[in-house]
Amino acid sequence: MGNGEGNNNEGRNQEEMSKEGGQDAGSPLESVMSAKADGAEGPAVESAEAKVDEPVLVRAAYEHPLPIRLTHWVNAISLFVMVASGLRIFRAFPSFGPKIPEKVLLDIPKSLTLGGWLGGALQWHFTFMWFFAASGILYLAYQVGSGHYRTVLFTPRDIAGVWPMARHYFFFGPKPPASGQYNPLQKLAYTSTIGFGVLSLLTGIVLYKPAQFSWLAFLFGGFHLTRIWHFAAMCGFLSFIPGHLIMVALHGWSNFVSMLSGWKREPEYQE
Amino acid sequence: MITRLEDKDLKRQSRRQLLKLAPVAALGIFAFPKVSDRLVEAGVHFSDWAAGVLFRTQHRAQTFADSEVVPFEKFPYNGYDVLDPEVDLENWTLTVEGDVQRPGEYKLSQIQALPKLMQNTRHVCVEGWDVIGAFGGTPISNFLTLVGANTGARFLEVECADDYYESIDMASALHPQSLLCYEMYGEPLDRKHGAPLRLQMPTKLGYKQAKYLETIRVTSVLKPGKTGYWEDQGYSWFGGL
Repeated sequence: MGNGEGNNNEGRNQEEMSKEGGQDAGSPLESVMSAKADGAEGPAVESAEAKVDEPVLVRAAYEHPLPIRLTHWVNAISLFVMVASGLRIFRAFPSFGPKIPEKVLLDIPKSLTLGGWLGGALQWHFTFMWFFAASGILYLAYQVGSGHYRTVLFTPRDIAGVWPMARHYFFFGPKPPASGQYNPLQKLAYTSTIGFGVLSLLTGIVLYKPAQFSWLAFLFGGFHLTRIWHFAAMCGFLSFIPGHLIMVALHGWSNFVSMLSGWKREPEYQE
Repeated sequence: MITRLEDKDLKRQSRRQLLKLAPVAALGIFAFPKVSDRLVEAGVHFSDWAAGVLFRTQHRAQTFADSEVVPFEKFPYNGYDVLDPEVDLENWTLTVEGDVQRPGEYKLSQIQALPKLMQNTRHVCVEGWDVIGAFGGTPISNFLTLVGANTGARFLEVECADDYYESIDMASALHPQSLLCYEMYGEPLDRKHGAPLRLQMPTKLGYKQAKYLETIRVTSVLKPGKTGYWEDQGYSWFGGL
């Protein structure tokens, strides 16, 4: 969609000019599509006139297809609910040791939690676990099915690029040239969050039904250890989110908007 | 893939694509407490339904060697109010009601005469802690046979000496490890652990394991708002593991 070539667009624009500009206010898709047909006649138009105020074309990329944007936001909301309610649940027994004697590991302020009390927090947790799981599964299915995962998946080839990028971000090193939609450090971060998501979902299943999924509990090293993995997955998300938000803030409005509209204006990379 | 677009086309396409995200905004309804209270309750009901579907009556919970059982002193006492409701153990009987052929009062000796099962299983609290304990009693299914219960009924309701009350699904009641428990660690139940009789089901969370039993009722209808002490305040009714 919307990948009309520059030349064709120019042809249409010239045509429009000669019709005394911008009267066809049809839908954007129609106008982009009609560009192709118009393109053929383009060269016939007197170019001298058209050059007077040739409309500026914007470089743009349709970066995030609808399933990605949809699951990103459903995931963002459910992750917020799962963490906030999960911390409230953890408050009920803030330890990974025995009940007797109980050692409080972390005293999480109530203000950071959701649900009001253990029962309320569990209600939020048991409701949003379905949204979290559904968006995660839809995301993975789409990424694999469309082949789009190649833009995100961190592979051994990306290893070499991690340090230069980290040096640029954290130690004011030179900026490595942009190679694609995501740089190696981004790929590492995004791929990790997919890992955290899978881990939190599988360990969550064990904590929810340890007897029914005893084989899965066994894989994670038993009920106790699973509780620690589940908490660790949350820590993983919590370590990702601030960096993610800071980077979004630093990269400006057009980058942020691209996760809403799919379109990024003036991407940094070529091709 | 880089595209070159006129500014107004880019803006229009962006708007169209943004509108397609509208369904996500529906989740915003959770920001309104009055609505969200009901929605998250519905979420728990849905989860309970799924849990009921997942439950397998013949799938046994893990059992443990005697060496893995925590010492008796480290098995917590838990209660919602008083830990010892001062049950008259001498004259105690269990009242059986509802969809059964032989309702009435049953003595502890009648229950103890049924085949006994001893098991070391994990007791999991909704708070997140767990202990492995040693329990002894008779499978609930034995007792249901004794009283001629209609096991086609849907629920088992219990009432307790401390005014606690609970209800469980029949499938869980019939699970081979679900006990009418009268012993812990080889000794008769002590008062604070629910003497003389409690539920002990390794496929259920702790708050389902009602103590100081007084009444058992077989039924297919639960009174709304009277399904369990904690459940009526928002805990999952199924409470399964």
